[in-house]
Amino acid sequence: MNQAKNFTKGFVRENPVFILMLGLCPALGTTTSAFNGFGMGMATLFVVLMSNIVVSIFKDFIPNKVRIPSYIVIIASFVTITDLVMEAFMGALHAELGLFIPLIVVNCFVLGRAEAFASKNTLFSSVVDGVGMGLAFTMALTMLGASRELLGANAIFGLQLIEGDGMLVFILAPGAFIALGYLIALMNKLKKD
Amino acid sequence: MEYIVIVIGAVLVNNIVLAQFLGLCPLFGVSSKISTAAGMGGAVLFVMTVASIVTYLLSNFLLEPFNLMYLQTITYILVISSLVQMVEIILKKVSPPLYQALGIFLPLMTTNCAILGVAILVFQQDLTLLQGVVFAIAHSIGFTLAIILLAGIREHMDLLDIPKGMKGNPIIMVTAGLLALAFMGFAGIV
Repeated sequence: MNQAKNFTKGFVRENPVFILMLGLCPALGTTTSAFNGFGMGMATLFVVLMSNIVVSIFKDFIPNKVRIPSYIVIIASFVTITDLVMEAFMGALHAELGLFIPLIVVNCFVLGRAEAFASKNTLFSSVVDGVGMGLAFTMALTMLGASRELLGANAIFGLQLIEGDGMLVFILAPGAFIALGYLIALMNKLKKD
Repeated sequence: MEYIVIVIGAVLVNNIVLAQFLGLCPLFGVSSKISTAAGMGGAVLFVMTVASIVTYLLSNFLLEPFNLMYLQTITYILVISSLVQMVEIILKKVSPPLYQALGIFLPLMTTNCAILGVAILVFQQDLTLLQGVVFAIAHSIGFTLAIILLAGIREHMDLLDIPKGMKGNPIIMVTAGLLALAFMGFAGIV
């Protein structure tokens, strides 16, 4: 597969959140603002990139029968690293994302890349895939966070656009589902064109 | 009394799916029929309760005394995946029809963030063992309630005329949003 296509496939055509519906828990749980969505996306990008690299290097050594537990342990190690580093250097964001950082380990999107891509492809393709898919995931979370912040707080990345409070429901749980529903509808339209 | 507060809080006020966003993959994946949704709820009830007990014992008697808390995520996920494997083997022997009906979603329960999430929450909130068990059971009841409600709505929705652009996933999301809105009405009762 050509690498440019490999890199861009995640943004619209195989978007992990809007099209494949993977990794929905962090996508809905952390996107109360554009910045939180972006931070969560970046944390996931690191994990998916590193696990793709390791899985791709060791793909010939991991016995087929125990591959899923092996992938999970590899992913869990990088999640632990992310968790500790973020706690040390990005305390405010870490507190905001809370439970969802250790839960990257059960994000089906990360395991999905290891199983569906890195275990079958070369190291270089896996790196490209990890970065591309990770950025696509970040884009999806930032979009969702931005639209929720815009509707719920009249702001974007913390910058107040209009005076006043906005529709608080979009910051709360129900708004997350509704905003994602409309974004999926929009993405389905884009995919067809 | 404190147990009643835990149960009402977990099932209605802080519903694990609709308010805390955990376990969304099975919520959307297995909610097309009420019967499979209920089977999934039962499996989650079992795994979540046992996982909370095992991880509670592990972290309180092994990880904390030996200062190994940084291994929490890895240990928990290993415990959960072996439990899921065990449930799979038992179900295959004891109840083949249910095993067939749950299909791929049974092994995928390893990556059900609701289970790992509840195990971590039990530890973070410093619950006792008994409180932890009640907490886990209540959360899995909340999960089952949400998934069965959504399955019921989806069974009706199949017959409705839905705008073309909203067919499939978008309308399910909006429905879940309205369901979450309804559950917000319980806020403040505990």
